[in-house]
Amino acid sequence: MSSTYDADTFGWFGGTGAFGGRFMPEALMAALDELDVAWRGAMADPAFTAEFERLLTDYAGVPSMLYDATRLADSPGVAGTGTRFLLKREDLNHTGAHKIRNVLGQALLTQRMGKTRVIAETGAGQHGVASATAAAYLGLDCTVYMGEVDTERQALNVARMQLLGAEVIPVKSGSRTLKDAINEALRDWVATVDETAYLFGTAAGPHPFPSLVLSFVRGIGDEARRQCLELTGALPDAVAACVGGGSNAIGLFAGFLDDPEVAIYGFEPGGDGVETGRHAATIFAGSIGVLHGARTYVLQDEDGQTVESHSISAGLDYPGVGPQHSALAAAGRATYLPVTDAEAMEAMALLARTEGIIAAIESAHAVAGALRLAKERPGQTIVVNLSGRGDKDMGTAMDWFHLGEAGEGA
Amino acid sequence: MSTSTAFEKARAEGRATLVGYLPAGFPDVAGSIAALRVMVEAGCDVIEIGLPYSDPVMDGPIIQAAAQQALDAGVRTTDVLRVVEAVAATGVPTLVMTYWNPIERYGVERFAQDLADAGGAGLITPDLTPDFAPDWIAAADARDLDKVFLVAPSSTDERIALTTAASRGFVYATGIMGVTGTKQATAAGVAPLIARTKATTDLPVGVGVGVSTGAQAADLASYADGVIVGSAFVRTLLGHPDDRPAGLAALAALTEELAGGVRA
Repeated sequence: MSSTYDADTFGWFGGTGAFGGRFMPEALMAALDELDVAWRGAMADPAFTAEFERLLTDYAGVPSMLYDATRLADSPGVAGTGTRFLLKREDLNHTGAHKIRNVLGQALLTQRMGKTRVIAETGAGQHGVASATAAAYLGLDCTVYMGEVDTERQALNVARMQLLGAEVIPVKSGSRTLKDAINEALRDWVATVDETAYLFGTAAGPHPFPSLVLSFVRGIGDEARRQCLELTGALPDAVAACVGGGSNAIGLFAGFLDDPEVAIYGFEPGGDGVETGRHAATIFAGSIGVLHGARTYVLQDEDGQTVESHSISAGLDYPGVGPQHSALAAAGRATYLPVTDAEAMEAMALLARTEGIIAAIESAHAVAGALRLAKERPGQTIVVNLSGRGDKDMGTAMDWFHLGEAGEGA
Repeated sequence: MSTSTAFEKARAEGRATLVGYLPAGFPDVAGSIAALRVMVEAGCDVIEIGLPYSDPVMDGPIIQAAAQQALDAGVRTTDVLRVVEAVAATGVPTLVMTYWNPIERYGVERFAQDLADAGGAGLITPDLTPDFAPDWIAAADARDLDKVFLVAPSSTDERIALTTAASRGFVYATGIMGVTGTKQATAAGVAPLIARTKATTDLPVGVGVGVSTGAQAADLASYADGVIVGSAFVRTLLGHPDDRPAGLAALAALTEELAGGVRA
């Protein structure tokens, strides 16, 4: 299903030269063209799409449910606003996040292209775990690049990847986070492109990655739209998702882009507060530039040097964003607002206490944003993408809430 | 001045051209000017000045470390233009090698004009190919600046033709599939790419990425019109962090070795 907001054949969103494109070394151009042709061919091949759907259903546990969070709706400060929160439970997918959809698609494509090795970059580690999982299942070698800072704050996920048979390489350059893991993975790819596929972890990067990733995660939005109609008899008033690179968000949004009556909200990591400069609110507080192969909103200084981002969520700690989000923001079709670390952690605790669901800190940004929307505009039905589960974030939660000691906790 | 004049001069002498690279602002702005002048005096025919960038995808750890050192010391795009002006004043064609975002941020038209005013010959753009470069091509053409685009062993014949048609000055052939300062390029490895490139253009073809010794330069010079060296110069300076005269002396010695190589 195509949308008026899709990229053109050169990868431009919002018109030629606006957002997206392919700003990459010539050495990778043939590989990107090969990937583009293979992906389009695969998506037009009923055997490929059927196998992808089978894997999602039989292996990944998709479609994920759309859950009516009535206890959250009855919580203090929200009760009485008449808000209905419908949580898209991507946290219940195999490996605990929406990422498995993208990775199964890309790993199947790798097999179809006759390549034997995959590389991936990861921030929080969910994409790395998903890549290691798909590689194990499909018999591919797997190397995952991860910023050294992130290997420390996400040690549990490093261990999961290793148990699944992947090699995890800590990246020590630059800010030692996701941005630098992408640089290192691209360098690996330049040197090994004949046998290696790069499983890009978000709907960003050079064409065709933003469109390719969207094609594998758009089921989130298509399912949510259908499920919402079945559950409520109507479309939601708003949909909300967290946005780092933006793959879970674009997957959800895709189902509603051509429904102008549905408001679309992306919640960006506001860190310590946008005014402090320690944040990763790329669209809200960044400017247009080129990073990792695409023209998009970027956190940069006046010389075009990338500024280090900050978020309590390793998965959102990225100074760029997928170019389709930039185009949607520029067109006014979607609204992007920051949520601070503190707001996200508060929402994480509230969801845990009211619904018994421990969300990833990424997803808690979306919940916090939806709680804000509920207070601003009563009476709405809001679909919130619960993009991942919070097991991996327990170390961060323990530090934030002083958990693990005898007593009451958060 | 187009870099093609340096290639023509070398060709008239029956040899290949030596192109030397250093990032601007490494080890500091004055130090990079002094180092680049040493490289000119010791035999570089063309100078390539790197614009330090936070996310250098095509560079290996050696050049990235030097560029990061420059950024940490506060080097700005305007400093790069100052270095260009100082080196171009020697009369040697001087190019800037830059990732694309700093140019977009500075303003494509404004950068092209300031580069031309500084006496710069043009740009080498490792992450900008002609199909995504209409603004740069227009700005460069309006000011007779060189547009040095890259071809790679993985390039299709169609893409090589597209690239050479848009290039001016020379064509940059990457000697290996990999980033700077990692593997060694060989004549046998790069000869097919040079032949495929020359089949589409009369422009000179320089080989860069993976070249570090005089013997290698001699080997490659029998196929290519120019030999481009970067990481080896940077490594030489990095090896003398606290003794600048010794670093410059080592740089001169390496330049002479490479200049001898392109004449062998």
